[in-house]
Amino acid sequence: MNNIVVLPMVIPLLAGVILIFLRSFVKVQRVLSLLAVIATGVVSISILNAIQSEGILRLDFGGWLPPYGILFVADSFSVLLVLTTAIVSTIILLYAFSTIGATRENMYFYSFVLFLIGGVNGSFLTGDLFNLFVCFEVMLLASYVLITLGGRKVQLVESIKYVVINVLSSWFFLLGIAYLYGSVGTLNMAHLSERIAEVGQGPLLTTISLIFLIVFSLKSGLLLYFWLPGSYSAPPTAIAALFGALLTKVGIYAMFRTFTLIFYHEPSITHTLIGVMAALTMIGGSIGAIAYKDVRQIVTYNVVITIGFILVGLAVSTEVAIMGSIYYLVHDMIIKALLFLLAGTMIYLTGTSRIEEMSGLIRNYPALGWLFFLTTLSLAGIPPLSGFIGKLYVGQGAVEAGSYTLLAIAFLSSMFVLYSLLQIFMNAFWGETIISEDEETPLQNRLLLPCVVLGIGTIALGIGAESIAAYVSDAATTLMNPQIYIDAVMNGNR
Amino acid sequence: METLITILVGILVTVAVYLLLSRSLIRIIVGSAVLSHAVHLLLMVMGGLKKGSAPLLDENATSYTDPLPQALILTAIVISFAVTAFLLVLGYRTYKETGLDDSKELRGFTDE
Amino acid sequence: MKTNDVILRTVTKAVVFIILTFGVELFFAGHNSPGGGFIGGLVLSSALVLLFLVHDIETVQQGIPVDFKKVAAVGVIFAVGTGVGAVLFGAAFLTQTFGVFHLPVFGDTELATVVLFEVGVALTVVGTVVTIILSISEDV
Repeated sequence: MNNIVVLPMVIPLLAGVILIFLRSFVKVQRVLSLLAVIATGVVSISILNAIQSEGILRLDFGGWLPPYGILFVADSFSVLLVLTTAIVSTIILLYAFSTIGATRENMYFYSFVLFLIGGVNGSFLTGDLFNLFVCFEVMLLASYVLITLGGRKVQLVESIKYVVINVLSSWFFLLGIAYLYGSVGTLNMAHLSERIAEVGQGPLLTTISLIFLIVFSLKSGLLLYFWLPGSYSAPPTAIAALFGALLTKVGIYAMFRTFTLIFYHEPSITHTLIGVMAALTMIGGSIGAIAYKDVRQIVTYNVVITIGFILVGLAVSTEVAIMGSIYYLVHDMIIKALLFLLAGTMIYLTGTSRIEEMSGLIRNYPALGWLFFLTTLSLAGIPPLSGFIGKLYVGQGAVEAGSYTLLAIAFLSSMFVLYSLLQIFMNAFWGETIISEDEETPLQNRLLLPCVVLGIGTIALGIGAESIAAYVSDAATTLMNPQIYIDAVMNGNR
Repeated sequence: METLITILVGILVTVAVYLLLSRSLIRIIVGSAVLSHAVHLLLMVMGGLKKGSAPLLDENATSYTDPLPQALILTAIVISFAVTAFLLVLGYRTYKETGLDDSKELRGFTDE
Repeated sequence: MKTNDVILRTVTKAVVFIILTFGVELFFAGHNSPGGGFIGGLVLSSALVLLFLVHDIETVQQGIPVDFKKVAAVGVIFAVGTGVGAVLFGAAFLTQTFGVFHLPVFGDTELATVVLFEVGVALTVVGTVVTIILSISEDV
């Protein structure tokens, strides 16, 4: 019994509920929400270390042993993501303090952010497919509220699409769960894996796995990303950053989990399909990223490209490639938060999101400009920044597996990332300064500070990649060897 | 019996898809509600419509009904209830703010 | 708009109590047979919604001066709290227990912590449903 495993979900949930009673005390709300997220981070560090010494941890809710009860399972992969979630959301909260505005703060903004984080952490930690659905819904309901909070017209209109798309994907999720329960009679992920290995993944089970592929593709934006640019560019910066950094990653996590633990027997069908979808996603994302002249749109299409890139690792499915994907996933959560925050800050400072209408910002705001440049380099994967190591491993894995087409598309898409961001950089930061010194909106330090912290984060993660190497390789090993996970859940230490 | 319910699920999905594809917001919302009911029924069929007594309570019963699908359905109903309610509020607010309830006119909507 | 709703008002006075009683009955029935916090809560909130329909919102809120968002929050605290409570007693998260106690009026009674969890669920449902109804109806 390891009750600590449930804390990353319970702490944010309870804190969020308590904040509802403190509606009029905005300062207290800020402090409490920050404390809750930091506590989650501290807890996840200690879980991560416990996993290294004791192996995978699990917690059976109510003492009902698997496969009968529901449970939380913490392995390196999930806890790494929980930890990154905590770090990123702490920084985004700092940014939100000064930007989100009193109206939203009074409309339970912090509560819903905490519910969102609780849902995200729950999705990472659960060891049961139906529980995954529930945690997804907790996260989505919070995100529905966050995306509409403030009630600007364009937000309302975009959120209707977002909600309906997600209702539809939840429907597919339930459909998959129903068929899976009907055919193998269990929903515990480890037990599912065991049973499917016993009966063999026949055509029926492969079809069911494709339903799950559709679900997670919709959630993560793999190929089915048509809803993503609209809904991610509607809400205010802090919320968009939270979405860009966390939401799609949960879909990616679920895809990695299901297709390495449960449906790994027919890679020629499922993994090939994932590869094709990843390639198309990268191509579509690249076209979107260079086609638009709007900072928000460019940034959201960059999210799309990355999703494709991370899933290349799953498509080729070698241990090195998976390791690369995990590195890149952690890196991307940090860097996408930074990118969204920077884009939002630019829009706040200039009052426009069109890059033709910005120019020479680097003269006015040198720190912002160089941070953006750093982000660009990190996203393109220039060493020693954090994007490099992930790209290297994914590339190496693709070479090992002989998927040269995927490799070529993946690295070409990196060029497009570089091009699209440099386009922003050249247009908005370079060039003639059009804002004179007395006209410029002052850039407060509290806006810049979170960005700087994230910037330091990407440098530190790049240079200090060695320090998390042990965790990442453990995570990759567990993903590639489902038996470790199954053993830990079905008869491991309680 | 299972076959009948499966056919019913099919009919419900047909209705829901028809509603979802229409342009009026309220129809889309009703469609999403019908869609989730269809899948709840499907969950029940997939667990098997056995006729047995309630599990754990009666120790002498010869057959028990599988409780898991029912637990799943209850949870799913709660969630779909919350989402539908949210969608209703959202649709209503959107109509109030923009005066539009036609998804075609809402397309590509911008503030200015 | 002034409508003649004497019948509705009179019937409501009686019916609300029947609905409320039925809601409580469903809630407690949930322990061993069909019923439970969610359904009980839905029935309870339907009684409240009926009150809101028949009288106007201001009148009802004078009679029941509670913020229903907070009711929902209290509910969630109850539900999660029983889970965390188990942790404090050194059991796994969400462990539920029960015992048979001798109470003065009821005699030997089985008391279970699941009821607290269900109270949480019911309160959450009541809070959420009424909040939703109010947020739609406020600006008609």
